[in-house]
Amino acid sequence: MSLSTSVIFDASAPWSLSSQVSLRDEAFGALAYHHGNRRLVFLKSRELVAILRSLENFNSVNEAIDAVVPNEHDRYVEAVGALVKSDIICGR
Amino acid sequence: MGANSSLRDKFERGLAAPICLTWELTYACNLACTHCLSSSGRRDPKELNTDEAKALIDEIAAMQIFYINIGGGEPMIRRDFFEIIEHAVNQKVGVKFSTNGTRIDAEAAKKLAAIDYLDIQISIDGADAETCDKIRGEGSYAAARLAMDHLRDANFGEFKISVVMTRDSIEQLDEFEAIAKHYGAQLRLTRLRPSGRGVDVWDELHPTQEQNRRLYKWLMERPNVLTGDSFFHLSALGDPLDGLNLCGAGRVVCLIDPIGEVYACPFVIHDEFKAGNVRDAGFNAVWTESDLFTSLREPGNPGACGSCGSYDACRGGCMAAKFFTGLEMTDPDPECVFGHGETALAAKKVMLIPKPSPDHSKRVPVSINSK
Repeated sequence: MSLSTSVIFDASAPWSLSSQVSLRDEAFGALAYHHGNRRLVFLKSRELVAILRSLENFNSVNEAIDAVVPNEHDRYVEAVGALVKSDIICGR
Repeated sequence: MGANSSLRDKFERGLAAPICLTWELTYACNLACTHCLSSSGRRDPKELNTDEAKALIDEIAAMQIFYINIGGGEPMIRRDFFEIIEHAVNQKVGVKFSTNGTRIDAEAAKKLAAIDYLDIQISIDGADAETCDKIRGEGSYAAARLAMDHLRDANFGEFKISVVMTRDSIEQLDEFEAIAKHYGAQLRLTRLRPSGRGVDVWDELHPTQEQNRRLYKWLMERPNVLTGDSFFHLSALGDPLDGLNLCGAGRVVCLIDPIGEVYACPFVIHDEFKAGNVRDAGFNAVWTESDLFTSLREPGNPGACGSCGSYDACRGGCMAAKFFTGLEMTDPDPECVFGHGETALAAKKVMLIPKPSPDHSKRVPVSINSK
């Protein structure tokens, strides 16, 4: 399994949820499972899940975040960026 | 994974579907391991048939259970084994299955290597034939090593070598690591539970306090060694081991047995922990509505452990280990790292140890070479 540890996360660029990832809603947020690298990741807020699901409709991660949680922008840039290393999201 | 404690609290209240679903495909087995947690040997005539097995997989896929752990018995004994696992992976339900390896010849290895979303765990319980065969039966070690050779020759990729930690095998940690390295395999260590036939050997085989401390240290230095979250009772020794560090029974974990009975976890195949049967209203109904699982998701009573400063680290330990050693749920884990479990065991004047309910053990001793 190869993880894209070298990919640099740029929140002003367009990203999307990997086509290999399934999301399962849970009371705390969701489980994200990557069928390729078999990683299971816990998404700890429903807002984060909403942002991930909408990523492909926006031209940047920043815009996707501001549409859901404009007051917590920086925190969510960090949360979305943390998903790069497990390939949950990828650049497009 | 290292879940933070607020997430762990949420897990204790249960998930929409399990993260870790074990499905024992059959009680039939060509070995008779002394510690078998499902008391396997003879096939149950009420076993789910191929159509029922496929329907269950369809439901698992619909519930978005991303992967299942298949075991037994020896799952490869079922004639429809490949049909069942292919049905799962075709719907993107990943399969991880445990096997003794006896059915993995060169041809089976090639077939397995061609399937995506498939993980294999081959069990050995010693790093040499003498140690392993004492538990798993004569010839078991050689058969498992041969299966590993076949998987390597078929370029299966990274398989897993699964070892139960006994008083003997725990002395061979470095040797297991070397075997795994030899094959480019991943090592997986799990806890000996007093479940199934394990109840008869637990007293003499479970690791000593000193061995458990060494194991904890060894694991902390090797985060890549898998444990299936099985040693969370040792997290009371210091920093938590990798994993959720909670008893997942009925919350994030459960077991479906070969005849469709749903139990709270793979280590409690006993009427007291039976939540329902998939043949009645389906698996989802059992998972979401059963009285047993509902009660397991209520906040636990820390009991005797409430005043211990490490309760948050180990959460009182393993429910199955307590139950099958005759302890109460509010007692400490029998292998509590501070010795409170041993004290609790000693205080029980009359030991009423529950026997596992369904016993499919063979009535005569078996050898691997017998037909």
